[in-house]
Amino acid sequence: MSALPAVSTRGLCKDFPTGEALTRVLHDVDLDLATGALTMLVGPSGCGKTTLLSIISGILQASAGTVTVYGTEITGLSDREKVAFRRSNLGFIFQQYNLLPALTAAENASVPLVAAGVPLAQARIEAGKVLERIGMGPHLKKMPAQLSGGQQQRVAIARALVHQPKLLVCDEPTAALDAQTGLAVLELLRDVARSAERAVLVVTHDSRIFDLADRIVRMSDGRLEPESNQPRSVP
Amino acid sequence: MPLMGEIALKMLWGDRAKYLALVFAVTFATMLMSQQVSIFIGLMARTASHVSDVREANLWIMDPQVRYIDEVKPMPDKQLFRVRGVQGVEWAVPWFKGLAVVRAPGGIMQQVILLGVDDASLVGRPPRMIHGRWEDLKQPDAMIMDRAGWEYTWPGEPFVPGRVVEVNDRRVAIVGLAEASPPFVTFPVVYSRYSQALKLSPTERNAMSFILARSAPGDDPKSVAHRIETATGLQALTSREFEWRSVSHYLQRTGIPVNFGITVVLGFIVGAAVAGQTFYIFVLENLRQFGALKAIGVGNTQILSMVLLQAAVVAFIGFSLGIGGSAIFFESTNDLTHLRGFRLHGEVIAATAAAVFVIMVIASFASIRKVMVLEPAIVFRG
Repeated sequence: MSALPAVSTRGLCKDFPTGEALTRVLHDVDLDLATGALTMLVGPSGCGKTTLLSIISGILQASAGTVTVYGTEITGLSDREKVAFRRSNLGFIFQQYNLLPALTAAENASVPLVAAGVPLAQARIEAGKVLERIGMGPHLKKMPAQLSGGQQQRVAIARALVHQPKLLVCDEPTAALDAQTGLAVLELLRDVARSAERAVLVVTHDSRIFDLADRIVRMSDGRLEPESNQPRSVP
Repeated sequence: MPLMGEIALKMLWGDRAKYLALVFAVTFATMLMSQQVSIFIGLMARTASHVSDVREANLWIMDPQVRYIDEVKPMPDKQLFRVRGVQGVEWAVPWFKGLAVVRAPGGIMQQVILLGVDDASLVGRPPRMIHGRWEDLKQPDAMIMDRAGWEYTWPGEPFVPGRVVEVNDRRVAIVGLAEASPPFVTFPVVYSRYSQALKLSPTERNAMSFILARSAPGDDPKSVAHRIETATGLQALTSREFEWRSVSHYLQRTGIPVNFGITVVLGFIVGAAVAGQTFYIFVLENLRQFGALKAIGVGNTQILSMVLLQAAVVAFIGFSLGIGGSAIFFESTNDLTHLRGFRLHGEVIAATAAAVFVIMVIASFASIRKVMVLEPAIVFRG
């Protein structure tokens, strides 16, 4: 693992308006994520996990505090700069996969490259290589509707990896999968975290996959709880 | 094509039902607008067909009370000589316009428009003959019929020169067939010499319907018309002015423009409503995908380009199919006697293209706004 944290948040707060008042959903969150590790962010529904993930990803503005990702303080970037930063440095895996139904597996996985200016034909080849590495070689030309949930999530993983981002953020990546498939997907993500200078942050409720975490961070009511040395003991 | 253009098109074509609904809406609107406007223009052109068919004269002189071509107030013959005496008039000839009844052997009766052209010069005739020669009109008791007249009177029969008919109880031979522009009313048009037309018509004190004249080379027709009016007290108009005067009369005095206008507006509204609603639903259903694209790092400009490209492709394909449909309609009905003269004008195509552009701007406006203000964080919500 590298000494420089992949992600560092300091005094992070987030308020949401509720009527005329503001409700604070994140309270002074200080968090460091290490490179080369798979970190799980766990906690009950509504505790602020997804909000924290969204701010770390640069798709939600913090009310106070800073977020630094691989040395870049993204809370100080303009919207346009954030888009460019996400395009180059972040990979996303969503609970509902969010694949484009009209595109093949290879085309879906190639979207980040196309967004970065790579022609679709070339991007498709690059995406195909990533898909083959994660066992999706026989399904390159299949449409999302022709794939199982696990296969769709693998396509989403390929899409998250194809442009070789430094930080992978995953929102409930196993929620829609059966236990066996969920474990397989998480093993894949852990391999990704460990095989390259990369950090993986997973938000999850799924206790079946806690064993695969390098580190577990627990949240409650918008605050980080003191970390346990025994990840398996986290509910 | 924008960076994400190919992906945008695949998204569009991937949702086949909505894509077809969008294209259909634009095609329908395009066809309805272009076809109705073209028929309207054709119909209005028919109101001035007798004027536009006369190519040699550039001035029409008539009683001051005449408002359009079908309103005939005969003038005394002496007016012709007064017009000829006006400076700047190269020549002037009489022209007759009236109605007559043609009775063909076998008892077929047909109301016709009888036009009397100048005996000597035959000025006042349409430019094209189908069978025979205009000079044959100089034979005694000769008449030339337009194609529609022949087809209405003897359906399916080839033209036979010399066929005798009775016009207002006088025997006349049809010596030729002309291609006259279709008139507003569906009556056939028959041509005879001016002197012959007077014999075929009921006797009146004054008989000359119009005077056709040409301004001398180098003289401005409008100036000459003004001089004629000053000198004779008659009304003198250039051919173009008289055409517009006739068209304007029908525009102002009939419900035709309102009727066609409503159809065109309906085409526009239906096209915009169906295309707008379908496109909005299409974007709405893809909102999570657009959100995911935004999260991944696809900027607002790229998203905007994608939506605009989708709208432009739908507009182009729908417009092309619609215009193609209209063109096929006019091409396939070109030979039908009662529909001749209707055609798709270049100006109509351009105006329809502009209308389709507006339709797609309206259709995509709400969708674009929805996508532009979309928070990418939507993708993290369950």
